[in-house]
Amino acid sequence: MKRALLTLVALGLFAVLPNRSHAEVFNPETYTLKNGMQVVILPNHRAPVVLHMVWYRAGSADEPPGKSGIAHLLEHLMFKGTVKNPDGIFSRKLAQQGGQENAFTSHDYTGYHQTVSADRLEMVMELEADRMTNLVLDPADVQTERDVVLEERNQRIENNPSARLREKANQTLYPKDHPYGRPVIGWRTELASLTREDALAFYKANYAPDNAILIVAGDVDSGEVKRLAEKYYGVIDVPPAQPRRNLVVSNAAIKGGETILKDARVSQAVWSQSIIQPSLTNGDARRVTALEVLSEILGGGSTARLYRALVIDQKLALNSGTYYDSGARGEGRFVFYASPRPGVDLDTVAKAVEAEKQRLLTDGFKAGELDRLKTRMLSGAIFARDEMKAGAMTLGASLAAGHSVADVEDWPQRLEAVTEQDVLDALKAVITEPRQITTKLLPKGADE
Amino acid sequence: MRALGFIIVLLASFSANAVTVERVISAQGIEAWLVQDHANPLVSMQFSFAGGSELDPLGKSGLAHLASTTMDEGAGDLDSQTFQSRLTDQSIKLRFSAGRDGFSGTFKTLKKHEDEAFDLLRLALTEPRFDDEPVARLKSQIQSGLKSDLEKPNAVASIALFKSLFGDHAYARRSKGTVESLDAIKRADLLNFVKTRIARRDLKIGVVGDITPKRLGELLDRTFAGLPLNPGPAKIRPVKAKATGRVVVVEKDLVQSTIMFGHGGVKRDDPDFYIALVMNHILGGGSFTSRLYAEVREKRGLAYSVGTSIYPLKSSSLLVGSAGTENARVSETLDIVRAEWKRMQQGDISQQEIDDAKTYLTGSFPLRFTSTSSIAGVLVAMQVNTLGLDYLDRRSGYIGKITLKDVQRVAKRLLKADLLDIVVVGKPEGIVSNP
Repeated sequence: MKRALLTLVALGLFAVLPNRSHAEVFNPETYTLKNGMQVVILPNHRAPVVLHMVWYRAGSADEPPGKSGIAHLLEHLMFKGTVKNPDGIFSRKLAQQGGQENAFTSHDYTGYHQTVSADRLEMVMELEADRMTNLVLDPADVQTERDVVLEERNQRIENNPSARLREKANQTLYPKDHPYGRPVIGWRTELASLTREDALAFYKANYAPDNAILIVAGDVDSGEVKRLAEKYYGVIDVPPAQPRRNLVVSNAAIKGGETILKDARVSQAVWSQSIIQPSLTNGDARRVTALEVLSEILGGGSTARLYRALVIDQKLALNSGTYYDSGARGEGRFVFYASPRPGVDLDTVAKAVEAEKQRLLTDGFKAGELDRLKTRMLSGAIFARDEMKAGAMTLGASLAAGHSVADVEDWPQRLEAVTEQDVLDALKAVITEPRQITTKLLPKGADE
Repeated sequence: MRALGFIIVLLASFSANAVTVERVISAQGIEAWLVQDHANPLVSMQFSFAGGSELDPLGKSGLAHLASTTMDEGAGDLDSQTFQSRLTDQSIKLRFSAGRDGFSGTFKTLKKHEDEAFDLLRLALTEPRFDDEPVARLKSQIQSGLKSDLEKPNAVASIALFKSLFGDHAYARRSKGTVESLDAIKRADLLNFVKTRIARRDLKIGVVGDITPKRLGELLDRTFAGLPLNPGPAKIRPVKAKATGRVVVVEKDLVQSTIMFGHGGVKRDDPDFYIALVMNHILGGGSFTSRLYAEVREKRGLAYSVGTSIYPLKSSSLLVGSAGTENARVSETLDIVRAEWKRMQQGDISQQEIDDAKTYLTGSFPLRFTSTSSIAGVLVAMQVNTLGLDYLDRRSGYIGKITLKDVQRVAKRLLKADLLDIVVVGKPEGIVSNP
């Protein structure tokens, strides 16, 4: 959807790019402007089209207390206008040129992007650079846009039982006041009272060249991109030092346990288990890569172990799998999930998932299994290069979360180096990690 | 049957960077449209057969869709897990899908696995096994999804709108069928589906990637030449959407109402098709610039998503729209929708709006050429809609010549505010069904 909220950008990305970034694949050119803005160029000459993105290293995790939703509301308000380009002229000019645009907010970052004919790069750069520091907000517009976001919340969360369960469960997986424990779109009551001043305060604190990343992908000449980047972004002053990037992380104990949501609108029950695990930002890279392999062997699609055991062999579930969010700026998360067949209860599928973990731990890999997995994961690189957007999204998300270009580009070597023991060690860590919760989504009136 | 190896007809390149469409005809007469792209060692292919879920037998709706999900679950000597593992281990992407009017496939493989990839595709098309285990498994998954859909506002609204517009016509049925209709489908039905529908005559193929015409010709023959030439006899009657201004409220305990509305539109081969595209862009198609976006979202904050689209079908056509708004403001939103419908119908359109819509529709077209699979999709659509090999060059001209008068005429012809059928799912205040 337009100006969409990407609560789980990283996860969404992995769904598209099964194997996260792929090194020596994107081969970006990269450098930093004098004012600290990072520039990444990904030439791709298939179509006369360019993708222009600006990422800010600021998302909902950077919101001040009581102002949940302000990062995302500001993202909406960024389309309103500046002194030079008022009244939504940006969108109109872009559309007149056949361009398409959108923006997204996650816990860790906010991004704005346009896709347009390659000869219009200068136009979008000028407009995007203008709104980095010159946003003008009319109080009435803020109020109207807040209503839009409340409707967005209704559509995405209130009208959707599994989203409500996720929201509820995150408060038990993360300690009190941990930024990942609150929804990107904001708590309803806080969202409803956000003001123009809140938006401008967040804007001034976070939107600046030294807190931004420019990514240009497509049919471009890198010399020309460099010239334009200097001309439009290079001249933006860095405001007086702002304390940024200190992710407020609470050390309080987590609630843990089970979160249950029963709703008359649920017909298919779902079980999940979320476990805090390292991300590339705060964890050992070798462990993180081993966890990626673990996710693939247990839960990567309809030939993976969980699907095979629970869905095909034991006929307990309609679906089962895993995902691993390794890209977060804060802690990462490893998730198991399963949807039982009619007549099977959630504890039975939970036990079956547990048995598959133990089976891997006890029996280890089958001959050739790890190599097949690696080959498949590595070939994802070639597919990723096929989509103009993939490299831009992967590098943008990684850099915004505090990783380096090398972290992305060295991924194949890290993957090659993973051993069976690494994966089993990672599994042990997953099993013994105390910071974990389960969720149960159930029809109204169902037994737990 | 041509026995000349392969024939290539070159087309002038499209726009600044060369996208050259080649027509490849294999030794055994299989035709594909090809864009060579040797930048990346992979091959993308999309293909389609005429006839989709609208041809599902009575009482067995969902047959085409079930076939689409089970044809790649075992074929020839390979059972489901073996077949799927071959695909997965070699990163071969193969997916079938059934729409209201067609049955299509999307396929992508690394160059180094192309032999086995095309062999697996041939097996899936010609010798799918439809073993009990995978068929039962996929059926249960689809049935679970169908039950969940009954509580998903968008799905509920869309089902109700199609029912309102198409009555007892096949287009009113869901492509995925119903829980009961799926139960009624047997293995023999699936085998019969493949036998009668997966045929060469209406096959359209688009290929993009690291492959030469000669090599593609060989692979086309190996993959498709064994299919029967003619599909079984099946046609559905053309139908006009019967919009009568009906309002259908589906009461659900939700804070936000999901609204869908629609009436007849233009078919893809209608001479007014491009004019209708321009009109729709101004009315509700333009993401951040349309009239409905401005009036419903930007000025009043009534909804997060609002828009309209032209929905052409092979035997009918629709102009549909949707919005999601809080229960208390549904009637305000509907008033705006109707008012905008009327304003445009009466010809209140500016030259600037026409110009902007035209430059958007021509300028955004190249954005579809940013991945091999989306280009392959364009190549198939060009063939299905018989747009001609030089369509990419001519498309801008079709749009460029459209005038304000054209759009006023078509708005008058198409837009009927009082006849819009409207579905509201939620607890809308002050709105009741009027059957």
